[in-house]
Amino acid sequence: MGRMDGKVVLVTGAARGQGRSHALRLAEEGADVIAVDACTDVASAPYPMATEADLAETAKLIENLDRRVVARRADVRDFDGLRAAVADGVAELGHLDVVCANAGILSFGPAWELTDEQWQEMIDINLTGVWHTLKATVPVLIDQGTGGSIILTSSVAGLKGFGYISAYSAAKHGVVGLMRTLVNEIRPHHIRVNCVNPTTVDTDMIQNQGAYGYFQVDNREDFGTIFQTFHTLPIPWIETRDVSSAVLYLASDDSRYVTGLTLAVDAGFLNKVG
Amino acid sequence: MDGKVVMITGAARGQGRAHALRLAEEGADIIAVDICDHIDTVPMTMGTADDLAETVKLVENLDRRIVARTADVRDSAQLEAALSDGLSEFGHIDVLCANAGIASMNLTWELTEEQWRDVIDVNLTGVWRSIKAVLPAMIEQGTGGSIVITSSMAGVLGLGGIAHYTASKHAVIGLMRSLVNEVSVHRIRVNTVNPTTVDTDMIQNDAFYQFAGGTKETLAGLFTALNAIPVPWVEPVDVANAVLFLASDESRYVTGLTLWVDAGLGTKVGMG
Repeated sequence: MGRMDGKVVLVTGAARGQGRSHALRLAEEGADVIAVDACTDVASAPYPMATEADLAETAKLIENLDRRVVARRADVRDFDGLRAAVADGVAELGHLDVVCANAGILSFGPAWELTDEQWQEMIDINLTGVWHTLKATVPVLIDQGTGGSIILTSSVAGLKGFGYISAYSAAKHGVVGLMRTLVNEIRPHHIRVNCVNPTTVDTDMIQNQGAYGYFQVDNREDFGTIFQTFHTLPIPWIETRDVSSAVLYLASDDSRYVTGLTLAVDAGFLNKVG
Repeated sequence: MDGKVVMITGAARGQGRAHALRLAEEGADIIAVDICDHIDTVPMTMGTADDLAETVKLVENLDRRIVARTADVRDSAQLEAALSDGLSEFGHIDVLCANAGIASMNLTWELTEEQWRDVIDVNLTGVWRSIKAVLPAMIEQGTGGSIVITSSMAGVLGLGGIAHYTASKHAVIGLMRSLVNEVSVHRIRVNTVNPTTVDTDMIQNDAFYQFAGGTKETLAGLFTALNAIPVPWVEPVDVANAVLFLASDESRYVTGLTLWVDAGLGTKVGMG
């Protein structure tokens, strides 16, 4: 018996990285999945975004687990498109129980040198995109009347201010505030809302020359040497499945009375002194 | 938890027993300790030798092994002896649940020296002693480990009428945060669970009902109003599930976390 048997999960940003990992981990435990991704490049991000082929691969991997999947291309900046994708998924899979608002981008630059476009694109995707995801799903959850669990992907940068990612940090802090407010708004409906706050995760978002360049290195190994210094545990970054384990805990009934939590999967980042 | 050995303080009943059973269900062997005695300033019953024997039976019914010892977290020698017996039987120690705790109620300026001392000795110094007892073995093994300290939402918020309890539960968070900086190099993780009110004998007793203004129903109404999710309290298994997450490799890179199992208490704004 799986920990997510009979549940339907929406994952945004599901084509690869953390989103794909969440989709697979939850499907392993019995969930059916509505997998959404924009599958489109973003001008201000210094790395390519996921593709339709990536999303198709996520869908195939879920089907290999004998779970059902509805995969749709939808951009979290486009509320109507996102709402349509959710509606398709709910029509096919019958209901919705868990929302993983995971889609996000990363870009770099000193706060005072960011262009309007860089700032706006970040806020639109990483903050407003999460709000859109809530707006598209909370009415469905309330209508069903069977509760639910919403997991917002924030970051350790949602709790501390990293240099040179001010827009990202602002958006991820904003997500924490959004979560804390929502707890107070939807409590009569037995819907829980929590954040996961990962430290650096070993995905394409950070493993790219654009990110390396900001730390004045040009390879994974030197990048890792720098990132290890952020953590008390002797590791440079965590794996996507470590975030997925936290998401699984928050998605499942194991955490039925956990709401309002910022669950840091941070290798000691937040508590490191010096 | 297959192949893991877990030491749990306060394991005779309540949350400690729930942790023992939940972790054993997942394959852990258990070193269970409890004072099995009363402390004079505590206005409710405490775990007994019979309770601890029942925990043993329940763990064995799950086909897991258990070493149970009477030990007071105020006495390092007793803790070390219990651990030593456990190590002789199982060969290693992977997880500590520093769970033993007591409560009493009084206004800050009316607390007696004895009330203050007992709560601080058990809930704070007892946690430090438990950690001190297991860490040398855990470090020596070189295979990492997980320490889960039972704090409380009273470790995050200042609840009236239990200043000593609140101080002790805040203090274990400080202890945890310091430890993270000391033991991460050994791949030992340290986290707290911070439950809201849990449905155990610690709150379900006449003294506590009186403190809350009357009956069990009064208490339930009061606590339901505190929590965001409309329940008066959580069950021990809800805390045990959080402990399981922190004890298992699913959280292998989670350290320094205060994991609130709080029905939204800490996030709720306003009453009702």
